[in-house]
Amino acid sequence: MAPSPTGSSSRSGFPGRGLAKGLAVTLRTMTRRSVTAQYPEAQPELPPRSRGVIALLEENCTVCMLCARECPDWCIYIDSHKETLPAAEPGARARTRNVLDRFAIDFSLCMYCGICVEVCPFDALFWSPEFEYAEEDITDLTHERDRLREWMWTVPAPPALDTAAEEPKEIAAARKAADKAAAAQAAAAQAASAGEPAGPDRPGEGTQ
Amino acid sequence: MSTFVDGILRSVAALVVLLVLPLVIGQSEHKVMAHMQGRLGPMYAGGFHGWAQLVADGVKFAQKEDIVPAGADRRVFQLAPAVALLPYLLVLIAIPVGPHGFVGAGVDAGIFFVLAVMGVGVLGSLMAGWASANKYSLLGAVRSAAQLLAYELPMLLAAASVAMAAGTVSLPGILGQFHWWWIPWQIIGAFVFFTAGLAELQRPPFDMPVADSEIIFGAYTEYTGIRFALFLLSEYAGILVLCALTAVLYFGGWHGPFASGLGWLWTLFKTFVLAFVVIWLRVSYPRLREDQLQKFAWLGLIPLALLQLVLTGIVKVVIS
Repeated sequence: MAPSPTGSSSRSGFPGRGLAKGLAVTLRTMTRRSVTAQYPEAQPELPPRSRGVIALLEENCTVCMLCARECPDWCIYIDSHKETLPAAEPGARARTRNVLDRFAIDFSLCMYCGICVEVCPFDALFWSPEFEYAEEDITDLTHERDRLREWMWTVPAPPALDTAAEEPKEIAAARKAADKAAAAQAAAAQAASAGEPAGPDRPGEGTQ
Repeated sequence: MSTFVDGILRSVAALVVLLVLPLVIGQSEHKVMAHMQGRLGPMYAGGFHGWAQLVADGVKFAQKEDIVPAGADRRVFQLAPAVALLPYLLVLIAIPVGPHGFVGAGVDAGIFFVLAVMGVGVLGSLMAGWASANKYSLLGAVRSAAQLLAYELPMLLAAASVAMAAGTVSLPGILGQFHWWWIPWQIIGAFVFFTAGLAELQRPPFDMPVADSEIIFGAYTEYTGIRFALFLLSEYAGILVLCALTAVLYFGGWHGPFASGLGWLWTLFKTFVLAFVVIWLRVSYPRLREDQLQKFAWLGLIPLALLQLVLTGIVKVVIS
């Protein structure tokens, strides 16, 4: 509808149409269900990749410190010590490994960028949709490893891939290997049933 | 002695109605407005859909400190809420609720009494604004006064049309004369009366005197606690009175099916439908500017009211 210079009366069928329209809008809204979520009574339905809190699967952590170094706010605190493992076999060298002493995230500094989750090479950090961890004192927002570990239980399973998505690399590689093995097996079976002559000609077939 | 007891009883009944029905209207305003805006409104107080929200508000207001500003005219400042509220109580007594003398006090010059006393209510906000020693309050009060002057005239003219049609100024008398075809006959008058009444109550879209985005809360800016609550109560009592009056004058009051037994229910029903319209208008329309407000009264409502008077006169002459 083109705006007319003479105002609304020339644009509409009868005078006061806009007023009637206003009344109709409010009345129609009243007959519809309101969209208010009654939060404390009803929990919100959060999308699968919600950034609520960062959970730590400390069994996976190797204290590589990548997360702490990449964190833009420097809100991850990690302490560790080295432990020497006795040699597994006689004559072998004793191995050292890192043991995690402290892993804490200060959520009063954290800006929920998720870089730590991204960089972790050992899948030790995860996003959890849990968001109700307000505290009365700002210092209480520094959560230690036990609390971070507990949040692991609230981490949802990774969402399914899109139907048109490319296969994950691990699965693609495994499938390729399995297909190859199956093909080789089939070829060998075919060679066996076709008789002896085919066998000696191609000795390498099927054993790769 | 029995007339004395009777009078006391009727007054107490009117007082109870004045204290209860405005709260019902206020609560429905909370809920209706919320749902018209896609919200839920109060949900906690009282447990079930926040039915006790206004009771909780009342308790809160009663607990608050009653402050009088240092520069205020103390006596007038403290008296203003009563001046704003009491006229509506007086009007309520004169409104007929049902047939066979179901009325607080049958006043012979009912329309005169009701309109005159309703006009006094605005004096409350004038007093409040003047006594507050606050420029915003004063602005609000002056706007109230301008609005009262502009809208009292169309209201009176529209009411005069009904009195002409009925040949009496007594409210029960008007209802006695009522026929259903009065509704289309007096519909312009009904529109004028209702709209002018809204403006007198300073309800949106005519809430220029309390325009909170410009002058804080107009004449009520300096009020706290129970006195502020009384001003709010007077606003809702005003809605009740206006809707009841419109229902009685233009929509036949207790007339309806089974009127002899359920007449009071009809009055109540019509009143609440009109109160819903008041709330509906508040949600739907933005506030009129001061000049638009005056223009609407002088160039819109008064000619309409005069037209209604002419129409009433012509029809009256033709049918008699």
